[in-house]
Amino acid sequence: MPSIGHLLQTFFDSSDLFIDAMLLTLQLTVVSILVGIVIGLFFALLKISNIKALEWISNTYVYLVRGTPLIVQIFILYFGISGIFLIPDFWAAALALAFHNGAYIAEIFRGTIQSVDKGQMEAGRSLGMSKALTMRRIILPQAFRRSLPPLGNQFIIGLKDSSLAAFISMNELFNVATTLGSNNFDEMTYLLIVAFYYLVLVAILTLIVRAIEKKLAVSDR
Amino acid sequence: MYTREMIHIENLNKSFGDLHVLKDVNVTVKESDVVCLVGASGSGKSTLLRCVNFLEKKDNGKIIIEGKEITQDTHDINEVRQKVGMVFQHFNLFPHMTVLENIIEAPVHVKKIPKDEAIKEAKALLQKVGLDDKADVYPSKLSGGQKQRVAIARALAMKPDIMLFDEPTSALDPELVGEVLSTMKELAEEGMTMVVVTHEMGFAREVADWIIYMDEGIIVEKAKPEEFFTNPKEERTKEFIQTIGLK
Repeated sequence: MPSIGHLLQTFFDSSDLFIDAMLLTLQLTVVSILVGIVIGLFFALLKISNIKALEWISNTYVYLVRGTPLIVQIFILYFGISGIFLIPDFWAAALALAFHNGAYIAEIFRGTIQSVDKGQMEAGRSLGMSKALTMRRIILPQAFRRSLPPLGNQFIIGLKDSSLAAFISMNELFNVATTLGSNNFDEMTYLLIVAFYYLVLVAILTLIVRAIEKKLAVSDR
Repeated sequence: MYTREMIHIENLNKSFGDLHVLKDVNVTVKESDVVCLVGASGSGKSTLLRCVNFLEKKDNGKIIIEGKEITQDTHDINEVRQKVGMVFQHFNLFPHMTVLENIIEAPVHVKKIPKDEAIKEAKALLQKVGLDDKADVYPSKLSGGQKQRVAIARALAMKPDIMLFDEPTSALDPELVGEVLSTMKELAEEGMTMVVVTHEMGFAREVADWIIYMDEGIIVEKAKPEEFFTNPKEERTKEFIQTIGLK
């Protein structure tokens, strides 16, 4: 194990590189979650469409994502996408992560949409609102509120999962840690440092999620 | 004097799986009539009401609204529903909207009425149901009786020709029933055509033009209130009136 003094020294010496890496990790995470929310909502709506073919498409997507390791998905999508289109590595990694997050987010949305009392749909319909309008104006706003806490949770999971983008040469936190570690023959020091960065990020996110939950609880109506 | 037939139902059948809930039901409701549907739980009265605005899909039979036979294929159900307001047992107010927003939602987004005009009309409706001070309050802050009166105002905002009430006071504390019934009574006095599924026999007796007694998916008897309560023709109706202790 490295000594405390050596750890601190290395921590401060490497902070420039790690802060850049941390920003890249955050960018990857935010983009992959935001795109994942769009994908997730789309597949959640397919899932509750009551149209067999659409449900099947959505179920297959979720099954594929849940049934295979993330690293395999990242490699398949990375080589698959870059084999067809010329897109920057960042977007290949972000889209692969979004594809993965989307499946879990689809399940979150499906659950919260179905948790809205069915009397809400009936009330909208009885006023002459179409199914789509009732969904957009009445059901989804209520479902979104209920989705925020589990979405926050998915955000934290997505943050940690983004470390796998290291394997397609993204210079995010984990990649910087392993590169510096092997260049300096000092793996353990850099791994401890990168663990610290992740812990700080997750702590901040946890506080944000908690604040949102608290706010929702207060205005719970 | 000729009065318009607002609802005409012919040989309506509806099953849920093996359960035959409505059996060859025939009903006619004329303009300005107040019809109360009474009967034990599970007799099919709520299902009948829900068929009238197509929340339940009939198996067969005819549903004629204001002279036109309505089916899902030939008519835009959303348009028909604008003429047929519905009030639910559990209010079903939109919890993420204020009282005012609840009321203007459909007029603004379905009828495309300008928002300021819709707000003006909504405020008038709130005054009518005695809740003009609650416009900017969220439903969770209202009592059950207030919620139901908002729900009535919300349905009225679409200017329907017919109002359906599905056990509107069944979910209320006893002391809150009166305020909802008196709102409904006012509506009846203004000439609104109303079909009310209810267990409130006092209301039925006082306000209804017709009482329809249903049992096991069949209309057993249709009579004027006085006749219904004092001189029922059918044996089953007599038993029903005895069990509810009103004679």
